[in-house]
Amino acid sequence: MMPNISVKINGTVTSVREGVTILDACKTAGVEIPTLCYHPDLSLAGNCRMCLVEVEGWRTLAIACVTPVTPNMVVLTHSKKVRHARRTVLKLLLASHNVNCPECERNKNCELQELAEIHNITSNEYQTSPKPESIEEVSPGIMRDNSRCIMCTRCVRTCEELQSVAVIKPVGRSSSVTISTFMDRSLNDVPCTQCGQCIVRCPTGALFETSEIRPVWEAIENPDKFVVFQTAPAVRVGLAEALGLPIDRSTGQMVAAIRGLGVDRVLDTDFTADLTIIEEGHELISRLKGALVDNDKSVALPMMTSCSPGWIKFIEHKYPELLSNVSTCKSPQQMFGALAKTYLAGKEGIDPANIVSVSIMPCTAKKFEKERPEMRDSGYKDVDYVLTTRELARMIDEAGIDFEKIAEEKFDRWMGDSTGAGVIFGATGGVMEAALRTAYEIITGHEIPFDGLNVEPVRGMEGIKEAAITMPERMATGFEFLAGVTLKVAVAHGLANAKILMDKVQSGEADYHFIEIMACPGGCLGGGGQPIPTSPEIRQKRTESIYAEDAALHFRKSHANPEVQLLYAEFLKEPLGHKSHELLHTHYIKRD
Amino acid sequence: MSEKKILTATEQPDTGSALKKSLGMTSADVVFEVRESEIRGRGGAGFPTGIKWNLAGAASGSNKMVICNADEGEPGTFKDRYLIENYSLKLLEGMTIAGYAIGSSYGIIYLRAEYPYLIPVIEKARENLIRENLLGENILGTDFNFDIEIRPGAGAYVCGEETSLIESLEGKRGVPRNKPPFPVNSGYLFRPTIVNNVETFTAVPHIILNGAEWYQGLGIGNCTGTKLFSISGDIENPGVYELPMGSPISELLEASGSKDVQAVQVGGASGATITADELDRSLSFEDLPPGGSVIVFNSSRNMMDVLENFLEFFVHESCGQCTTCREGNVRLLDAVHLIRNGEISSMEELEPFFQLAEVMKISSKCGLGQTSPNCFIDIVTRFIDLPDEKEGE
Repeated sequence: MMPNISVKINGTVTSVREGVTILDACKTAGVEIPTLCYHPDLSLAGNCRMCLVEVEGWRTLAIACVTPVTPNMVVLTHSKKVRHARRTVLKLLLASHNVNCPECERNKNCELQELAEIHNITSNEYQTSPKPESIEEVSPGIMRDNSRCIMCTRCVRTCEELQSVAVIKPVGRSSSVTISTFMDRSLNDVPCTQCGQCIVRCPTGALFETSEIRPVWEAIENPDKFVVFQTAPAVRVGLAEALGLPIDRSTGQMVAAIRGLGVDRVLDTDFTADLTIIEEGHELISRLKGALVDNDKSVALPMMTSCSPGWIKFIEHKYPELLSNVSTCKSPQQMFGALAKTYLAGKEGIDPANIVSVSIMPCTAKKFEKERPEMRDSGYKDVDYVLTTRELARMIDEAGIDFEKIAEEKFDRWMGDSTGAGVIFGATGGVMEAALRTAYEIITGHEIPFDGLNVEPVRGMEGIKEAAITMPERMATGFEFLAGVTLKVAVAHGLANAKILMDKVQSGEADYHFIEIMACPGGCLGGGGQPIPTSPEIRQKRTESIYAEDAALHFRKSHANPEVQLLYAEFLKEPLGHKSHELLHTHYIKRD
Repeated sequence: MSEKKILTATEQPDTGSALKKSLGMTSADVVFEVRESEIRGRGGAGFPTGIKWNLAGAASGSNKMVICNADEGEPGTFKDRYLIENYSLKLLEGMTIAGYAIGSSYGIIYLRAEYPYLIPVIEKARENLIRENLLGENILGTDFNFDIEIRPGAGAYVCGEETSLIESLEGKRGVPRNKPPFPVNSGYLFRPTIVNNVETFTAVPHIILNGAEWYQGLGIGNCTGTKLFSISGDIENPGVYELPMGSPISELLEASGSKDVQAVQVGGASGATITADELDRSLSFEDLPPGGSVIVFNSSRNMMDVLENFLEFFVHESCGQCTTCREGNVRLLDAVHLIRNGEISSMEELEPFFQLAEVMKISSKCGLGQTSPNCFIDIVTRFIDLPDEKEGE
């Protein structure tokens, strides 16, 4: 550990650890330094020149975010020199930025706009040539408009460092430099996973989701359409934040607000999360039986989860030889879509052709997933539209709904019941925990031996988590083959961590039975469709909300979900049965 | 004539004699000799070479690297090309001595993309040295090994900046790194690395053979050693000239035969532009930093053309990484256009652009953006006659 040293910041001597950056030292001293290219999740770039400070004895200004403090360093953070430089940097950025704030997705939530306001930039003598015009590029989940890009490279670093996808890079040089792809291809034609992590780290509106607000309003306003909304687990811990309120869970208000939009049925993706657990749990047991009892070499282990569409696209591009390890279960969103136009249509007595199925997701890759040609098992497009948490917030704002005052309401029936196990799908480790709660009970006949059902080893923000659970000697009938077996599991979030695990699986170094992967850091609660900004602290708070919601629910195990039980009794008959295979399972393709 | 030919002398010391002498010294003594000579980097920035070597020698880390910056890209500079063409044996010997001094066994020459015809020249010198056991394994029967590889650049001006050069060598986009860490501690592939100019390395054998005191005595005043200048423009005898460091610019002009002088650009596009009244100023790190390029403009030249040309060059060559350089050069060039079309007609209106130039100098990430505004400031203040205030106000 480095020793503490004294530095003088704006005349006040502060004690900080040697080697911390000037930016961190200033934070300690309670002095705020404006930043743009800096992001707590990413490596340091030092390219925007916003955080310039004056250091005594230096010919040039210092970049606070990358420069380490040295003993007795004297720092000035708002001298005339610094103020001039910062204002100049802002004016230069604004002069080449497509300032169309009212039309911009990030209006009022833009770091450049905020800094321009704070620094009182009301005129710009460097506007010596016209501003660039919009150049939009569309993919199913992500849109880019490079005319709003300020070249901070946060997206580039996100794509490479957090996701090990690295499909975007600076291309060209000087003022014609742009963030682009290999040969300037569309994001559709490169191995982009559509995870949208770039969007939640963009300081401006250069990256945003491909919006589907308009067709959703049109469906709601069309009296012939029966509009069904499903809401993903992580949306209920992000929506308040997206509406400018403190981070908290807001399930009841969310349901009420969506109903207030004029939606016919407000249902819960948690319901199909529970259903996923039943199907996937049985799939795991069947794979284990195949491998351990029948010695079937064609059974691929470890089995890997399939809920995260960014992860699925990633493995399809990068590890196609491992696709047989991926669970055949559709994601909860797609299971919901397939059931909405079959099971629910029957229950409600509605012609499925008139059902418009909309999902609210913390995710941009879900927009891609719903377009996959195999996602039409109901005979229709299973999910018609996907809105991000942010898009839902915009609709609630537009409808004039006062989210703070609205009274809580409950989900509609048939596909509205949820359990705590479904809720924790929103956090990294949640699918694993939910699966363990159910699978353990099926195979042993007893509840999983963790205090309060909380499987702590798979919780938390560690990039890769491992756990091992040894089965008791006495098993439920039919599962004796698992007696005494130690079940090894692993959980990874963020595709860079997924890559580490996959390399281990590929080299035979890993002997896990079951792996959960979520494309986004923190799991879905940190998804590319969630409120902006994001940071480790913000994701921690959302995680706490998720687990609080789990703890508050009456049912905590997926197999206890009454509506899921009814679904099996009346419609599916049995897990992995004929109907399940038809509607709830899928296959994957190798992508270049 | 005030030329002082050492590096470019017709009679050169025997190849390998300086290396042989070095290998008889401790590596610390070699570094000491170079440090005492007070030679400063000949690429233009002028960092003391001995201090750089000392830091790299003392740095912890294995596989230390010796890199020769032969990415001679400053407009009007061709002295490194001249040295490589004619004195490559001395260059390689200097690099080898540097390897011995800092404890490195591998050198790379980062060669300007436009100099492919120099590759065989260097390769031939390398083969000769290997044949004479002055390069390769167990050099001159010692346990010191050293070899040199040539790596062509890809044509980016910014790669003359040492950290961009290193990024480019690593196969990445040529953009400057944040410092610290400095290359002496973490350079090529995170190894301790020295990056020196062709001319610096070429001077090293002479320093070792003749001693630090001799080298110091070559300069004028506080300056040490000689310096090569590539002089071009409106003169009779353009070419490479070697003069004592610290010589007045008038002596260089005299040597190269210039008569009609309106302006002299010293140190390349990013250097200083002076008027005919300032020719007694000295070519030294203290006055006019002498990167190597000197361009003379006679009275027939429109200095606005010159300025526009320089700024177009910087707008083209900025790597685009940091805001002030990427956007700043564009705005300075815009200002030149506004002056030319009459939209800006007073110094008062130019004030924001001078401010911008000052901000660029202290806010840009590397030497490119820190020095590119020099031409704007120098030429507009010295050669463009604008009233202080806008007419009619």
